[in-house]
Amino acid sequence: MSEIWQGLVKALELIITLDPEVMEIAARSLAISVTATLLASVICLPLGSLIHFKRFTGKRTLINLIQTFYSIPTVVVGLFVFLLFSRAGPLGGLNLLFTPTVMVIGQMILITPVLLGLTISALSGVDKAIPETARSLGASDFQTVAVVLKEARFAVMAAILLAFGRAISEVGLALMVGGNIRGFTRVFTTAISLETSKGDIELAIALGIILILIALIINLVLNRIQQR
Amino acid sequence: MTMASIKTVNIGQKYAGQYILKNVNLNIKRGEVFAVIGPTGAGKTTLLRLLDLLEVPASGSIYFDSVDVTNNKSLRLQARRRMSFVLQKPTVFNMSVYDNIACGLKWRREKEAIIHQRVSQVLELAGMAEYSSRNARTLSGGETQRVAIARALAVEPEVLFLDEPTANLDPISTSKIEEVLAHIISDQKTTVVMATHNMSQGQRLASRIGVIMNGEILQIGTPSDIFSTPQNKEVAEFVGVDNILRGVIVNRDNELVSIDIGGNLIQAISDYSLGEEVHALIRPEDITLALHKDTSSARNTFAGRIARLFSVGVLVRVEVDCGFPLFVVVTKRSAEDLSLTVNKRVYATFKATAVHIIKRWN
Repeated sequence: MSEIWQGLVKALELIITLDPEVMEIAARSLAISVTATLLASVICLPLGSLIHFKRFTGKRTLINLIQTFYSIPTVVVGLFVFLLFSRAGPLGGLNLLFTPTVMVIGQMILITPVLLGLTISALSGVDKAIPETARSLGASDFQTVAVVLKEARFAVMAAILLAFGRAISEVGLALMVGGNIRGFTRVFTTAISLETSKGDIELAIALGIILILIALIINLVLNRIQQR
Repeated sequence: MTMASIKTVNIGQKYAGQYILKNVNLNIKRGEVFAVIGPTGAGKTTLLRLLDLLEVPASGSIYFDSVDVTNNKSLRLQARRRMSFVLQKPTVFNMSVYDNIACGLKWRREKEAIIHQRVSQVLELAGMAEYSSRNARTLSGGETQRVAIARALAVEPEVLFLDEPTANLDPISTSKIEEVLAHIISDQKTTVVMATHNMSQGQRLASRIGVIMNGEILQIGTPSDIFSTPQNKEVAEFVGVDNILRGVIVNRDNELVSIDIGGNLIQAISDYSLGEEVHALIRPEDITLALHKDTSSARNTFAGRIARLFSVGVLVRVEVDCGFPLFVVVTKRSAEDLSLTVNKRVYATFKATAVHIIKRWN
């Protein structure tokens, strides 16, 4: 018990003194996950709109499929990306395995189903009369999509935050394709898992606290958004 | 500013394989107020949506300002941007009243100064100036409808479509909106096409009326044409001709004909020839009631007993049994003066010119 207590005190010390290693890992984690979330949003918002607004056969099946992938295990994505970028893999020539870049790609793949699916349901929640009204006032197709997205802004924002939460908190993928290389690809989750197995729990607890704080902030923002 | 006219050639629309609008030929003139009237489900909304180019017709062509805009996507958008549409269920965007009204102008890439000027102008017109910064979702039904109309007017449309602009509104909101509409109409700069099931609204605001039923336009004409000389039984029933009597022309003296209505003779003016099977249409307000036999010049007087009586606002509807049922509308005041009661004996009188004769089709 006293070990945990000591670890906690030490961890707070690391946070308050802005320990370089802790800060460096935190900054890298945020950079990778924020980048992955932004890039995935740039792809998923228009793609989700397209799926929502276009009528085509198999639309229901496609949406069901997307929803199935909400809970895809991170290690499965990790395995897939690993095989894709390993030396013998189809993209092995890019030499991206065990770099932050491939971690971003992996996280993008991981959160795409959630982001896509929640974007579609956010748009479905908008009154059908909204796109009609926009068109009747002279909006082009693009302007109509923009106004519907704007109406769904809170739900879309919630989708983006949830996706970010999934990206920053996963460990399997980051470990498999990032390799947990100190000063290069080490992030919150991989560092916590490594330090814990090494018995160096104060660093693990410090990182854990920061991760929980980030989750808390996301939750608070999400609550504020959904109350509107 | 040029003003557009809209012409349709045999347009039709079908949903799920079923025609809900067929062979509509309209020629809406510049600056006119055209009302499409008909019962709920007749196809009014679909017709307006086709004219505003929100839908592509299943058949036929639409010309906007003499240009065929039936199928070409970019021409349709260009044409649609010269029109605006107030949908039946007014929907506002989740933003301020000002931003709602500015939307159409922003989509047309107007300059900020022009947007500001136009928005202020229509806010004033709609009597919504003090609501400018309110979120539009917090407004009442009548206020929302006024924002929707202001929003449609802000783009200075050449054609304004209104789908049931006062349906589901209380009388005060209705009269406020009709006031705004009357103002727009009086400027004669905008062609107005409105759908309504409210006949008197059509009569008050429109210069021409098209009656639509079961997806077909049955009659087009001025309000007085439609209301005094409906072309068939369906239109007659819809425009409130309560007395539709089946008969046969049995005598003719120049224009004056006698129609046999199950043994009773009605005098009317008609071109139809002897032996023609017809409907005689008489508006209930064109019949007067008296306690004694009328000595006026009116050709038709029938004695009968009052079968039923009921009040409709300031009016009283009386059903008189003259051997055939005759519906009469009198004011509450005159019903009291005559002390009308059920079973009372009265004389119903109407002129030969008050009878409108149409041919019976089956």
